[in-house]
Amino acid sequence: MKLANGNYIRPPARYSWWLRQGRYWRYMLRELSSLFIGIFSLMLVWGLYRLSQGEAAFSSWSANLWDQMLPLSLLVFVFAFYHSVSWFAVTPKAMPLRFAGKRLTSAFIVGAHLLLWLLVTALTWIAFIYGGEA
Amino acid sequence: MNLTDRNADNLNKEAPKVSHKPVVWSLFAAGGTVTALLTPVLVLLIGLAVPLGLLPQALFSYARIQAMLANPLIKLIVFFVLFLSLWHAAHRLRITLHDFGLRADGIVAICLYAIAALASILLAIVLI
Amino acid sequence: MNSEKVTAADQVEPSKTARMLEVEILRYDPDQDEAPYYQVYQVPCQEEWVVLDAVNYIKDKLDRTLSYRWSCHMAVCGSCGMMVNGEPTLSCHAFIRDLPDRIKIEPLENFPVARDLIVEMDSFVEKLSSVKPYINAAIEKTPEEGTYTQLPQQLQDFQLYTQCINCLLCYSACPQFALNEDFVGPAALALAHRYNLDSRDRGRSVREDVVASNLGVWECSFVGACSEVCPKHVDPAAAIQQSKIAATGDYFMRFLTPWKKTTKGQKSSKEIHDEASKR
Repeated sequence: MKLANGNYIRPPARYSWWLRQGRYWRYMLRELSSLFIGIFSLMLVWGLYRLSQGEAAFSSWSANLWDQMLPLSLLVFVFAFYHSVSWFAVTPKAMPLRFAGKRLTSAFIVGAHLLLWLLVTALTWIAFIYGGEA
Repeated sequence: MNLTDRNADNLNKEAPKVSHKPVVWSLFAAGGTVTALLTPVLVLLIGLAVPLGLLPQALFSYARIQAMLANPLIKLIVFFVLFLSLWHAAHRLRITLHDFGLRADGIVAICLYAIAALASILLAIVLI
Repeated sequence: MNSEKVTAADQVEPSKTARMLEVEILRYDPDQDEAPYYQVYQVPCQEEWVVLDAVNYIKDKLDRTLSYRWSCHMAVCGSCGMMVNGEPTLSCHAFIRDLPDRIKIEPLENFPVARDLIVEMDSFVEKLSSVKPYINAAIEKTPEEGTYTQLPQQLQDFQLYTQCINCLLCYSACPQFALNEDFVGPAALALAHRYNLDSRDRGRSVREDVVASNLGVWECSFVGACSEVCPKHVDPAAAIQQSKIAATGDYFMRFLTPWKKTTKGQKSSKEIHDEASKR
C-alpha cells in the first residue's frame, strides 16, 4: 500500500508469517503445547469430578482414559516434554544470577533445572507407587 | 514533518500507562514452571502407565485414589498444580491464537479465562 | 606478504576466483512507481566479499539509481541492515561464501519503504526517546562533588545492553512487531533495561509507563528471534523477560504499598501527557 508521503507499506502476512522460517514454526509448536497441557488439565479435573461421583463413574472414566484417550495422552506427553525442554532452555535468560561474585552460566542454570526435573519426576513416581495402600 | 505536528500526533494517541498484565502473567509464569516440572510425569503416570504396561491397574483403583486424595496436603497440592496448569494454558493459548492471526483478543481472553475459572471452581468443589 | 605491484588491471578486473552471483533486489521509486518490483543483476564477486560489496558493485558499475544506507562496512554503525534471503542481516556482515548463487535482497521487514532498500525509521527513534534513555540519578551530584562510582561487577550487570547499534534487525525479526507496529520493540526495551540495571539509575518507575505498558514488555511473547539476529549479541529477549519480572514485582509491591510515589522530581509520561493535553 502506497502512502500519501510516498512510503510503501508491505502487507504483513497475518496468517502465514510463522510458516516462513524454522524458528517461527518451532515457536508456534512450543506455544501450541499449552493447548495440550490445557486439555490434559481439564481431563484431570473431570477425572476428579468423576471420582467424587463414586466407583462406577471413576472406573468408567479411567477405562476410557486408557483406551480411547490413549492417542491423545501420547500427544500430550510429547508436547509436555517439548514444553519442559524449551522452558528450561530459556530460563537462564530471565535469571542473571551471581554466586560468589561470578555470573552463573546458562549451561549451569539449564543443567540445574533438568536435574530438578529428573528429581521431581522420580519423586512423584515413587510417591504414587508407595504413597497409598497396596 | 515538523516537530509540533509530530507532538500533536502523540497527544492524540492514548497515554501510555502501566498494564495489569502482571496478574495473569505471574500465573502463567508459575504455571509454566509447574507444568514443565510435573506434566510429563503426570501424563506418564495417569495416562500412559497402565495401557503401556508400566504399572498395575490396581494402583489406580477407586479405593486407593480416594484414600490418597482424602489427605488435605494432597488436596492442596493437587489444587495448586491443576489451578496453575489451567491458567498457564489459558493465557498462553490466548497469545497463540493472537499469533495465528485471530484479532478478537478481548473475546478470546474472556472465553479462555472463563473456561479456566469454571474448571478451577469445579476443582475446588470436588476437592473440598 | 605479496610484494608484487598492484596494477591498474588488478584494480579494475575481478580476481580469477570470482563467483557470479545473481542478485535480485527490491526496487521502489516513490516518484515513479505505485508498488515495488524486483530487478535482477549479475554480479561478479570476489571470494572474500560481503553482500554490501556486491551491492556497492551494482551501484558503481551496473545501476547508479540504486539507493541504500551503509557506512562503516564493519558492523559497528548499524546502517546497512537489509533482508538477505529473508533473514534480517547487516549486509557488511553477510559473507557471500556462506550464501547460494542467487540471493534476494529486500529492505528491512516491518518498516515502510522510502526508496529501494531504504526504510523509514522515525517511529523507532521516537520509541527510543520514549524510554528516557539517560541516567535518572537518585542523588544529583555537581561536578565539584565528583563522579558516580561503580564497581566492575555493577558495570558487568548492564554492559551487554549498551552494545546496541540501532540496526533494527531485531524489529524486522520480531513477529509481534510485525503484527503490531505500536509495540515499543526489542531495541528500545533493551535500552530501557540498560538504564534500569545501571547502579547509578533510579528511574525504573519513570520508565514504567512505557516499559510496563501493554505496548511495552507485555506485547512480547518471547519468540526470541530478536536475540538470534542481533549482530552485537545484545540479547533483547533476555532484557525483556527480566523487565517483565521486574514489572511484575513492582506491580505487586505497589499493590501492597500504595503510598509509595514515583521517583521524586521525575514526572511520569502520563503526567506529561495530561499537562500537555490541558494546554
